[in-house]
Amino acid sequence: MRKVVDMVVVVWLTEATWPACVAAVRDLVPLEAAVTLLFVADDGVAVAAQGALAGLLGRSTAPGGDPAARVRALADQAGRDLLAAAASEVGREVAVDQRHGRVEREVVRAADGADLLVLARDGDLRRLGPHSLGPATRFVVDHAPCATLLVWPVAAPEIGSIPPPPEPLPR
Amino acid sequence: MSVVGPLVAVVLLVAVLGFAVARPRGLPEAVAAVPAAGLVVVLGAVTPASAWAEIVTLLPVVAFLAAVLVLSHLCDAEGLFAAAGALMARDARGRPQRLLVAVFVVASLVTAVLSLDATVVLLTPVVFATAARAGVRPKPYVYACTHLANSASLLLPVSNLTNLLAFTASGLSFGRFAGLMALPWITVVAIEYVVLRRFFATDLAVGSGGRPVATVTPDVSAVTVAVVLVTLTGFVVASMLGVPPAWAAAVGAVVLAARALARRRTAPGALLAAANLPFGVFVLALGIIVVGVVDSGLGDLLTGLLPAGSSFLALLAIAGVAAVLANLLNNLPAVLLLAPLALTLGGPPAVLAALIGVNVGPNLTYVGSLATLLWRRVLHEHDADANLAEFSALGAWSVPATLLGGVGALWVSLAVLGA
Repeated sequence: MRKVVDMVVVVWLTEATWPACVAAVRDLVPLEAAVTLLFVADDGVAVAAQGALAGLLGRSTAPGGDPAARVRALADQAGRDLLAAAASEVGREVAVDQRHGRVEREVVRAADGADLLVLARDGDLRRLGPHSLGPATRFVVDHAPCATLLVWPVAAPEIGSIPPPPEPLPR
Repeated sequence: MSVVGPLVAVVLLVAVLGFAVARPRGLPEAVAAVPAAGLVVVLGAVTPASAWAEIVTLLPVVAFLAAVLVLSHLCDAEGLFAAAGALMARDARGRPQRLLVAVFVVASLVTAVLSLDATVVLLTPVVFATAARAGVRPKPYVYACTHLANSASLLLPVSNLTNLLAFTASGLSFGRFAGLMALPWITVVAIEYVVLRRFFATDLAVGSGGRPVATVTPDVSAVTVAVVLVTLTGFVVASMLGVPPAWAAAVGAVVLAARALARRRTAPGALLAAANLPFGVFVLALGIIVVGVVDSGLGDLLTGLLPAGSSFLALLAIAGVAAVLANLLNNLPAVLLLAPLALTLGGPPAVLAALIGVNVGPNLTYVGSLATLLWRRVLHEHDADANLAEFSALGAWSVPATLLGGVGALWVSLAVLGA
C-alpha cells in the first residue's frame, strides 16, 4: 500500500448493508485517506420494467408519463438518498460516485486505481460459508483490482460457530 | 383466392408486430395495422364478410379494454396505488420477505381485477418506490410485479386482454370461467412465489439494515378508497351476474370519473388518453390479419399438430404450443390464432389451456422473441447495461413450472366442477 496520505479508498454501498461499511470507514480507515462512497444501481430492474411494458405494445404509456422512465428516475433518487445518508454519517469529507449498469462489473471498474475497496457481506448470514456472499459480492471479491476489506453487516460470528471438521472415514 | 394473399397475411402479421414494438417516431401501432388489414382484404386473403364478422366479435372486447384502462387511470388519480404502497410498507416494516408477500397479494389482486396493464404501468413504479423507501433491494419486488402481471392474470375474463379474446371465443359464462380458473390462478401464483423466493434468496436475506423506515402518508381519504373498492367489487359482481364486462366496467368508470372530475383529480383529456382508442383500432385490425393467417393454411397445420380432446396431456400440449407461439410472436396474435382452433379440438377446456400458455408463457421473453430484438435496441438507447442472462434464467425456472402447475390445476378443476 502507498503512504497513508495518498491512500485511495472506495466504499461500495448497497441497500441495507451500507451502515456497516460506513462504520468500518469511521473505525478502520485513516483520516488522511481519500474516500469515495460508491453506489451502483442495477439496470436489470429498469430493464425488467421496460420489458414488461414492451409486452403491452401500445398500452404501455400511462397519462402520467413513461413508467420505465419513472422507475429509472426513482432508482437515481434512491441512490442519491442512500449516498447522502451515508455521507452525513461517515463524519469526514468524502467524494460520492453514483453509477448504473451491471453492478459487479461497475464496482470493479470503479475500484480501478484504488488501494482499498470496502464492502459488506450480503448473503445468507444464518448459514456461514460460500453462500454468505451474494453473487455480485462474490464477483467483486474475486476480481477486485486492489485489497478488499470485507465487513460483517451484523455482529461478527463467534469462533465457536465453525462446524466441527468432518469425521475421518472408517478404515 | 390467389396463393399470394394468405402468404402475405403471415408476412404482414410479422411486420405489424415489429412496427407495434418499434413504434417509429412514437406513431400508434394502428398506423401500420389498419392498412395491413385493408391489404389482406383487398388481396383476398380474408373476405369482406369475415373481416366484418371479426370486427363485430371483437368490438365488445375493445370497448371493455378502453373502459378498464380508464378505470385503472382513475384508481391511480385517486391515489389508490400510492395507498397500496403505504399499506405494503406498513405491513412489512422493513422485513424483505414480508414485503414480498405483501407485493404478491397486492399485485395478484390488482392484476385480477384491473388487468395486467394496471400492474405493469401503475403498480410497478409504486412497488419500486416502496422497496427503496423501506431500505431493501428493489429487484425481487419489481420482478414479482412483472411476472405476476402475466401469471396472475388467469383468474377473471377481465384480467388480461388475451382472456377476453379467449372468453369471447369459448362461450363460457363469466362465473364459470372464474370458477374453473380459480385453482390454476392460486397454483400459478404460489409457484411464482416459491421460484422468486429461492431465486432472489440473497437479496431477500440482507434485510433493511435496521434503519427506521421512512413512512409516507398518502394523500388519499378513506372515503375515496371505499368508493373505489365498492366500484371495483360492483364491476366484478355485475360481470358474474351476467352483465357484459364492457358495460360493468364502463359504469364503474363513469362513477369514478364523475367523482374525480368534480374533485379535479383528473381532466377529460387525460381520461381520453387513458382510454387509448388507437390501440383498440389496432386490436380490430390485428384480428382481421390473424383471420388471414389462420386461413393461409397455418391453421390447418397447427390443428394437425395439436391433440384433440381434453385429457391432461392434450391440455398440456395445447398450453405448451400456446406458450411457444406467445414467445415467437406475442400473446395477442397467439390467442387470436389458437382460441378458435382449440375450441374445435377440445372445447372450452382446451381454450382455457391455451390461455394458460399465452398468459404465463411471456415470462420467458415478455414481448415475444421477434420483439425482444427491438427491446434490446431500446435498452441500448437508454444506455442500460443489464444481465439478460439473469432475466432468462428466472423465466426458465418459472415458466415450465407454472405451465405444468397451471394445466394440472385446470385439469383438477375440470374433474371437480365438470368439463
